[in-house]
Amino acid sequence: MDSVFFRLTLSLYLVATGGFLYFILKRNKKAGIWSHRILILGFVLHTVSLLMEYYHLGAVPGLSFKSSLAFFSWAIVAAYIIFQARFRILVLGSFVVPLSVILMILSSTIPISPVTVRPIFKGLLLPVHVTASLLGDGIFVIAFIAGIMYLIQEHQIKTKRLGAFYARLPSLNILDSINYYAISYGFLLLSIGMITGSIVAQSAHGTYWRWDPKEVWSLLTWLSYAVLLHQRMAVGWRGRRSALMAIGCFFVLIFTFLGVNLLMEGYHSFESLEGKPWP
Amino acid sequence: MAMIRIIDIGMNHETAPVEVRELLSFGEKDRDKAFHDIQAVKNIKEYLLLSTCNRVEILFTTEREKQVRESVITFLSRVSGIARDELTPLLYIYDDQEAIRHIFRVGASLDSMMLGEPQILGQVKEAYRIAVDTKSSSVILNRLMHRTFSLAKRIRTNTGIAGSAVSISFAAVELAKKIFGDLKGKGVLLMGAGEMAELAATYLLKNKVARILVANRTFSRAVDLAEQFQGSAISFDEIEGQLPGVDIVITSTASPEPIISFDQAKRIMKVRKNRPLFFIDIAVPRNVEPRVNEIGNVFVYDIDDLKGIIDDNVGKRQAEAIKAERMVDEEVLKFSAWLRTLEVVPTIKELQQKCERIFQGELQRTLSGLKDLTPEQRKGFERMAKSITKKLLNDPIVFLKGKGERGSQDLYLDIARKLFNLDGDAREDDE
Repeated sequence: MDSVFFRLTLSLYLVATGGFLYFILKRNKKAGIWSHRILILGFVLHTVSLLMEYYHLGAVPGLSFKSSLAFFSWAIVAAYIIFQARFRILVLGSFVVPLSVILMILSSTIPISPVTVRPIFKGLLLPVHVTASLLGDGIFVIAFIAGIMYLIQEHQIKTKRLGAFYARLPSLNILDSINYYAISYGFLLLSIGMITGSIVAQSAHGTYWRWDPKEVWSLLTWLSYAVLLHQRMAVGWRGRRSALMAIGCFFVLIFTFLGVNLLMEGYHSFESLEGKPWP
Repeated sequence: MAMIRIIDIGMNHETAPVEVRELLSFGEKDRDKAFHDIQAVKNIKEYLLLSTCNRVEILFTTEREKQVRESVITFLSRVSGIARDELTPLLYIYDDQEAIRHIFRVGASLDSMMLGEPQILGQVKEAYRIAVDTKSSSVILNRLMHRTFSLAKRIRTNTGIAGSAVSISFAAVELAKKIFGDLKGKGVLLMGAGEMAELAATYLLKNKVARILVANRTFSRAVDLAEQFQGSAISFDEIEGQLPGVDIVITSTASPEPIISFDQAKRIMKVRKNRPLFFIDIAVPRNVEPRVNEIGNVFVYDIDDLKGIIDDNVGKRQAEAIKAERMVDEEVLKFSAWLRTLEVVPTIKELQQKCERIFQGELQRTLSGLKDLTPEQRKGFERMAKSITKKLLNDPIVFLKGKGERGSQDLYLDIARKLFNLDGDAREDDE
């Protein structure tokens, strides 16, 4: 059974999702503002629920697929709250919050299984590794969604068919700025996550790098975003190209997050994280 | 008892040609005189005069509808110098519910030439302010106008009737905002001149663009325009050199060939490091090669594109107007109900007065025969008389008030007046 805080969080996120959808459909600003407040309340409870799990488990709550999903959902909401504070675009919530709710629902459908916490999971560096990586992923979700919003809006303006989204979506300039900020900060956090991860690996396996599938795919993700960041800063890519690439990079990232852990074998897969012996 | 009527007599862009409307558009000076003249109309109670370039309306209340209506038409005929017979077909006359609906629709900009245009509400408010100043507005018009204003506001916020741009220049500026977000600090290049281009430049200035450059084949014309927009004039040869530094380009020159070519635009975008560039091409034939729109981060809108957007937006407004009309209908019903409760008031008052008189009379007569009463006992009798009056009349009053909100009021009002002989000879009353 999930904790009370988890269930409360899920309910609040569901309410916020409904509100955000009503907001974008009816363009009812009040609904947007209240959804945002409800979401923040849910986020606080979510944080409490994660901290409690951390306290009980003695390790970061990201060792099973179930808890990773919930943690990722938390990271996405955190990223949304940060970007909302910076750019003040409530409509972002109408796209982001349903996504994090889906992750929460997925997480809640997976039964709780006992996790063997290896001594190595108890260190302080692992939480930093997991939190930085997931928060980076959450910010990349924002880049992905801003990219989709950009493509929709740009398509409408270029083809001169101003449909229902024209008034609802923010300006191209703001969406492009979100893309830039999200990729910069996401990249920074991903880098921190990878460095701390390799240090953890070094103390666990005696080596920083083992060409484990997760490591390889993380490197690929990191490189993809590095290329995008470089193109933006040095070559002057912006707008549509940058949006498209942020979307492309995101698919690599999702595969690294889900595909590798679920489909491939390695010490980073959930099976082994949850207690199966390391290969 | 005569009933209070609300009447609206007027003409608008649909019923009368501009030549006639001009004759009746009251300037500030004429308006005072007009108010004076209307005030002189016999039996007119409350009134309001609305005069804009698209309409003239005289809204008034009276108990003698026929006579006042004729006087008002005479007044309009005299001011315009148009004979009554010629003027009457150009006028519309709305009574009661229809007059209420009409003023609601006018205020909400549902009766405007451009549906949802925002000026009309301000003009109606101004007309009302004058009516208040000259004390020509009282209970009924006060409430009617306040309802008009709040309804107009509600319609504006809850429907999309004023939602999207319906002029070329405004639509262009709206697009610029969707591309650049904030227009603060953006550079504008105005190539050529013309009403639409200049209007767009004015809107852009209002949105705090940083600078406006003006290019024109005739340099002196460029200098004039630059002065008007507090910008600077450049020659036609300088255009390519300046393009990397501006964000919005409005073109409206008479050049038969495109001035901005695809290759040139590509070159410029490289120099700009792909910062977005927005061409508003109002010229016919076009000044910007249409293919330029295919370049990333460049947006080209020509006059037809902008017209297309406006047509769509007008369609959207019309669809929203249906919602607005429904809100008007509701408000008309509410106001009419209030008006009917108002009609009950005199009858109720008379009823109360009559009963009061009867009880006071009987009380005095009784008390004069009872000399030994203490002051407390006298007071007790008085209290009793009062509370009998109140309790006796309570049900009839509630009944009459209730009829005000439903139909069939006139009938019951009539019965009540006959039953209590409120209009009859005073002789039978008490003595």
